[in-house]
Amino acid sequence: MSILAVLEQREGAWNKMSFETLAAAQQFARELNTTASAAVCGSGIGALATELSSRQLDQVYAVEHDLLQAYTPDALALSLRQLIDHAKPSIVLFPHTYQVRDFLPKLATSLGRVAVSDAVAHRVENGSLILVRQLFQGKVNADVRFSGDAPHFASLQAGAYRADQVMAGSAPVETFSPQLSAAGVRTKPQALFRESQRAVDLGAAEIIVSVGRGIKESDNIPLVQKLADVLGAELAASRPICDAGWLPMERQVGSSGQTVAPKMYLAIGISGAIQHLVGMKGSRTIVAINKDPNAPIFEVADYGIVGDLFQLVPELIEAFQKSK
Amino acid sequence: MKIVVAIKQVPARDSQLRIASPARWIEDADLTYEINEPDAYALEEGLQLKEKHGGEVIALCAGPARAAQTIREALAKGADRAIHIEEEDLGAFDPLAAARLLAAPLQAESPDLILTGLQSDDLGYGQTGVILAELLGLPHATIIMEVEKQESGIRVKRELEDGWFQHVEMPLPALLTIQSGISKLRYATLMGIKKAKTKEIRRVTAADLGVTPGPSSIAIDRIYLPERTKRTQLFDGSPKEAAAKLVEKLKFEARVI
Repeated sequence: MSILAVLEQREGAWNKMSFETLAAAQQFARELNTTASAAVCGSGIGALATELSSRQLDQVYAVEHDLLQAYTPDALALSLRQLIDHAKPSIVLFPHTYQVRDFLPKLATSLGRVAVSDAVAHRVENGSLILVRQLFQGKVNADVRFSGDAPHFASLQAGAYRADQVMAGSAPVETFSPQLSAAGVRTKPQALFRESQRAVDLGAAEIIVSVGRGIKESDNIPLVQKLADVLGAELAASRPICDAGWLPMERQVGSSGQTVAPKMYLAIGISGAIQHLVGMKGSRTIVAINKDPNAPIFEVADYGIVGDLFQLVPELIEAFQKSK
Repeated sequence: MKIVVAIKQVPARDSQLRIASPARWIEDADLTYEINEPDAYALEEGLQLKEKHGGEVIALCAGPARAAQTIREALAKGADRAIHIEEEDLGAFDPLAAARLLAAPLQAESPDLILTGLQSDDLGYGQTGVILAELLGLPHATIIMEVEKQESGIRVKRELEDGWFQHVEMPLPALLTIQSGISKLRYATLMGIKKAKTKEIRRVTAADLGVTPGPSSIAIDRIYLPERTKRTQLFDGSPKEAAAKLVEKLKFEARVI
């Protein structure tokens, strides 16, 4: 048995979740009494592989090919299939990034496996690994185990493991050259871009009032705007509110929007799907107002009120005004 | 363009969930169901592409008899016909087996484009679309915010993390997983609802398609409500009392206002 962590880089820069996966691989290896290795894929990635060689790993694989310069699912999935065939890991771990979501199911399917996607925790019971993943937008957890023959695949949720716990050591680097052909790459990726400059920098706000589906309709937005005004706060929202056009996309907090860590984050009618939580759980004080006592937002909230936001927000506005 | 949109019926978003016994799934008898939200956006994109370029939109859904309601809603919104893979116990199918179910009728239809939501609101694996593409030998792209037809093939806008995007060109046939918010969802019109009654829903079973769940490489041991790791101080009483207590704590304990 052995663990392989497949790390992610873009144009020579690490995706910061890579080191969370590396820390997890080392931890899994320790608990399962086996070894961990790491792989990085791309073109001209020697420096990244060298960086990994100073970590406690059995082996570092530098998967090098011109066709891995820009990410495509065809080239990356095939390269990793060949690497797995060569390195024969039992468990292959990935950070649950947008890129991994794009190619991991393809890789696993090509080997007749299903990946455990977006795992949030693990434990080892009687020598076998159990992964925890979330169902129903974080309202329910599931314990999942691998069955049948290796290799097995899992991706790990952002923040589930701590990058600062990667252990130093030394590891040999092996350059692996996959057999790829340009004809086998069917998609043509173009340069990455950002939409027009963001007018709103939520990252600079000390207090953020954030609104979710619980607000029900766009006509109710002024209610939370008033709460934000009273607090001198920026108004933000979870994704569905921006999808519906009730607030501009630039006010979205979460994995596809901005990541914020204000002094105080007031979540109004936000259930707390993980895509939202990753964008705000670093806030110093989190307050949640929600009608569902089991809403995942209460997992991260310091203070909360279970109740109807349409009754509570007017009272909060009044109470904040009085406290000034 | 012949477009198939794979849709799933899931428990309504605000459902109060209870764990069934044995703890492999939730109590589903008294739940209300709706279309998986990302799939609603995939359907919308399919309908808009058809309006621009002509062709046909076929809704494809695997699920128990109750999923017929979600399928009828898709027809009322404008899908031309539907295929219902009627299977009472979808829980026995892991994402790979579920994708095999969906792949079987797709092979016969051979559409130009297959669309589906980026993930389901219930299981949330976020894998079915990509698995389906691999099973069918098609190129794919995920988390798509824009689809543009070109002279040959399509150009799509992929969403990446932290506000980054990327255009990708690919030939057809292809499979795309659609991000929520790609466009505004339409409502079914009265005329649409009336018309839907005359549209074809082809029903097939897993057995008809020769697909069995088979051995899975992953197994769910049990499901449970997550234990609180953080202690949230909750304030009760009337809305006025609760609000006053919260504001006092924020001022004197957390000292954030």
